[in-house]
Order: sequence, then C-alpha cells, then structure tokens
Amino acid sequence: MIRFEQVSKTYPGGQQALRQVNFHIAPGEMAFLTGHSGAGKSTLLKLISIMERPTVGRVLINGHDLNVIHRRQVPFIRRDIGMIFQSHQLLMDKSVFDNVALPLIIEGHTHKEIAKRVGAVLERVGLADKSRCLPITLSGGEQQRVGIARAVVNKPPLLLADEPTGNLDPKLSLEIIRLFEDFNQAGVAVLIATHDLGLIARMKYRTLTLKKGQMITDGLTEEWPGDDDEPAI
Amino acid sequence: MSLLFKGRAQGAERVGISPLQQLTMFFVSHIRQALASLGELWRNRAASMMTIAVLGLSITLPSTLYILLKNTERVSAGWDQASEITLFLHRSTQIGDIHQLQTRLGLWPEIEKVEHIDKSQAMDEFKQLSGFGDALNHLDDNPLPDVLLVTPTSKHTSPTAAGLLLDKLRKEREVEVGQLDIQWLERLHGLVGIAKELVSVIALLLFLAVVLIIGNTIRLNILNKRDEILVMKLVGATDAFIQRPFLYTGFWYGLLGGLLAWVTVALLLWWMSDSIAKVAQLYQTQFSLDGLQGDALLTMLGLSVFLGLAGSMISVHKHIRAIEPK
Repeated sequence: MIRFEQVSKTYPGGQQALRQVNFHIAPGEMAFLTGHSGAGKSTLLKLISIMERPTVGRVLINGHDLNVIHRRQVPFIRRDIGMIFQSHQLLMDKSVFDNVALPLIIEGHTHKEIAKRVGAVLERVGLADKSRCLPITLSGGEQQRVGIARAVVNKPPLLLADEPTGNLDPKLSLEIIRLFEDFNQAGVAVLIATHDLGLIARMKYRTLTLKKGQMITDGLTEEWPGDDDEPAI
Repeated sequence: MSLLFKGRAQGAERVGISPLQQLTMFFVSHIRQALASLGELWRNRAASMMTIAVLGLSITLPSTLYILLKNTERVSAGWDQASEITLFLHRSTQIGDIHQLQTRLGLWPEIEKVEHIDKSQAMDEFKQLSGFGDALNHLDDNPLPDVLLVTPTSKHTSPTAAGLLLDKLRKEREVEVGQLDIQWLERLHGLVGIAKELVSVIALLLFLAVVLIIGNTIRLNILNKRDEILVMKLVGATDAFIQRPFLYTGFWYGLLGGLLAWVTVALLLWWMSDSIAKVAQLYQTQFSLDGLQGDALLTMLGLSVFLGLAGSMISVHKHIRAIEPK
C-alpha cells in the first residue's frame, strides 16, 4: 500500500528530516510510527499526503510513484487518503455536520447522499446527536472524533493520523485508537504517528521508530525496545 | 476514477449518478456557491458597500463623460450636413454679371441653389444687427461686397466634397473670397476628439484602479479564510473549487457596482437636465439629454462585471496557489 524506497528529505536550510528510509505497509495493515519530537514523523506523513516532496528516493502508494504526480493531481490523491491531525483542523464557524460533509461536497455528491453518509459516519464515531453543534462547543475528544469522521466519510483505503491522541487523556486516547481499529478491521490501512509510548505498549501492532530521520526499528510492539537510545536491531 | 486505486471510483461516479445528474449537480453547486458569496457580502454589509461604492463611482465618472460626449456628437451631427459656401464677389462686379454668374452656377450639378445677397440689402441688415447704425450712415459708399450663398446638393455637403466645390468656385473670375462655413465645425470635431481621448484615458486609469481595488479586497478575503482554505486543500479540494466563491464575490462586486453606477448616472443627468434645458432655451432649440439605454447600459454593466471578475481572478490566481498546508 505505502512503500518508501531510500527516501531522504532535506528542508531548505539544510535540516535533514529523513535519511534513506525504507519500509512497506501492506493493504489493510495498521501500524504505528513513533520517535522523539523532530525525529521526522510528521515529515514522513507529509511525504505520503504530498504536502512535501522527497529530496531523494521514491514514495509509492499502491505502486504509483508520487514523484510523478503533478501539482494539479494532488487534490485527487488526498481524496484517497483520510488525514487526522492533532490540531483537528476543523472549521470552527461551521457545524459538525458541515465539517464532516466537506469532502463529499468537494466530490460533488447530492444532498441526499451527503446527509445519509454523514449521518452514518457520525453515528459510528458516537456523535449522532451533535451534528448541529459548532466544534467549539465540543470537548477535545469529541472534536478529534469529528476530525476522524471527516477523514473516513468518503471511505478512503488509507488513513493517516498525526498525533491523534496528543491532547487527550489515556482513556479517551484508547477510545480513539479503538475507533481506528474498527476502521482497520473494515479493510482500511492505518498509519498512526504518535509519541504516546504507553498507548503503543498496550497494542500489538507493528511499530516503526524514527530517530533523527532514520528508521531504527520496524517490528511488532513486543520486540519494541522502549525509549532506548541504542537501536535493538 | 481514483488516480491511485484502480476500481475505487471517486465522487459522483461511485454512487452511480448519471452524467445528466452530474451536469445538473455542477450547475446546482455553482448556483449554491454564487448565492453563498452573495450571502457573505450581505453579512459584511459595511465593507461590501464601500467596495461596491468605489467601483460604482469609478465607473460613474467615465460613463457620465461618455454620455455628455455622445450627446454633443448627436447635436453637432445635425450641423454637419448644413454646409453653405459664402462667395464674396469683387466690388467692381456689375449687377448683370452677378445675375449671370448666379444662373451659371445654378446649373452646376453639385449645386442645389444659389442665393444672392445684394450689398445694400446686406448693409441694411448689418446696420440693424450690429448696432453701428448711425456710424455707418457717415460712410460715403457701401464697403460691403455682393454675396452669393451657395448651397451644395446633399451629395456634396460632406466637408471634403464641399471643400473641392469651394476650390472650383474660387476659380470663377467674379469671386474674390470663398468661405466654407464648416471650418469651425471641423475645429469643434477636433476638440470633441481630444475630449474623447481624454475620457478614454481617464476611463482606462479608473478601470485599472477598480481592478486593483477589487483584487486587493479579494486578497484580504482570501487571507481571512486562510484556515478554511488550508482545511479544504487537506481534504482534497481543487484550486478551481476553492477559488469559485471568490470569483463569484468579484462578479457580485462588479454587477452591484455597475447597477450603482447606472443609478448615479441617472441621478446626475436628472440633476443636470434643468441647467441644460436653460442653455438649450438660450439657443432656442429643443434638447434633452439621452441617458444610458439599451446597448450602452448593457455594455456598462458588462464592463463592470468584467472588471470585478478580472480583479478577483488576478488575486485568486496568485494567492490561493500560495496557501499550501505545511
């Protein structure tokens, strides 16, 4: 599904965010991406959603090289990727319903279809009764679920989450992760970037660890060495 | 079709909407965005009104000047064809020769009629009109020459044809001086021509200013909605989709500004109609200003909409592209 081949990213100014990263995430797989702040987690996700382009190497989604995707095609790529952010990125002056409906409006669905699908997805994230509320009136966990609803409303085959539990307490974090597991079980590939090691430790999922831009571990959580400076492999 | 995933249909095709329905949805979404832009203008009434006023007044000035010019042209167009050639004859010419000349010229195909103004008759008229009556009585003999007024046929009233005719008439032995009464008209036309160019230049500068003002207003709109645009880009909105509401805003600015200009021009003309009527009365003519009608009105509204769209397009093109999620 997602394949990185010798990917390096150097930002203008010389800061090297990623160094020769290689990995592959299979269709329908769920994986965590972890590392200290500044290790390159966000950069890695940005390369997948084409917010940044690699300096060297190739990023492939479903066998398609993202280097050859033209600027004009980027919006269409993003429609295949559900993205969730720590800061939610909601429109604060629009209702929950309108926020979640946005990807469908952009794709040009009919009113009836939009109402049906937004209703269904809000039901699924447990916000069916909040659809007329403004996001500002919701709690942090609820806002994050609105963000997730928006990411999955057009049923993308791939979900990316950047610190989705960043501002949430452990209980709420677990609820959010359970939600991702639900979608994963429905066949969606999920890649979650987080530095919440406690959360990862409770899960049995593949974990990719970045350190100073390099992929230092890639394996199941059981083999994960913890927050150790020495790579175990 | 999805670019990345074969078999994953995107958007409308996934739910099996027919092409006709898709086309309908396209228009429905356009209308929805157009109305949303209008609603947006309404919510920021004060700011919108100011922008519309700037646009409207900027269009009012050239439009008013244009109307005044058009009316000047309309009035002077009537005078264009009335050319008359005045021939002053040698004072030594005998009355018999004059009559002979008059008959001879009357036979020319270019000439409609020839009128003789006798020098004593001319003197009487001059005494009456000039107010020099008594002084003129002291003159020993009449200093005025006999005059022939030549009216060309309608084919030869244009300035060039009449000029040619004048040259021909000057060659007659009895003619001392020949004058064409359209020279001052040519000068008037020259002046009107300059005025026209001036109006064009003023209009051009004002239109440019309008485009810049609209462009800047739209730029501020875009920056105000920066966050919204970022989110839309994140969930896969194309630039075309994002810029549409802003283009509609420009369209509405143009249309409303144009309508405002129309109303202002009408008010101005109404305001001026009294004083113009007074002037017309002095010249003992019936004259009323033609306002903006039909084609001219449509042209003005079209131009106004065009300016609004052009301003927003420039702005949108530059700034929406620059906002990218980082």
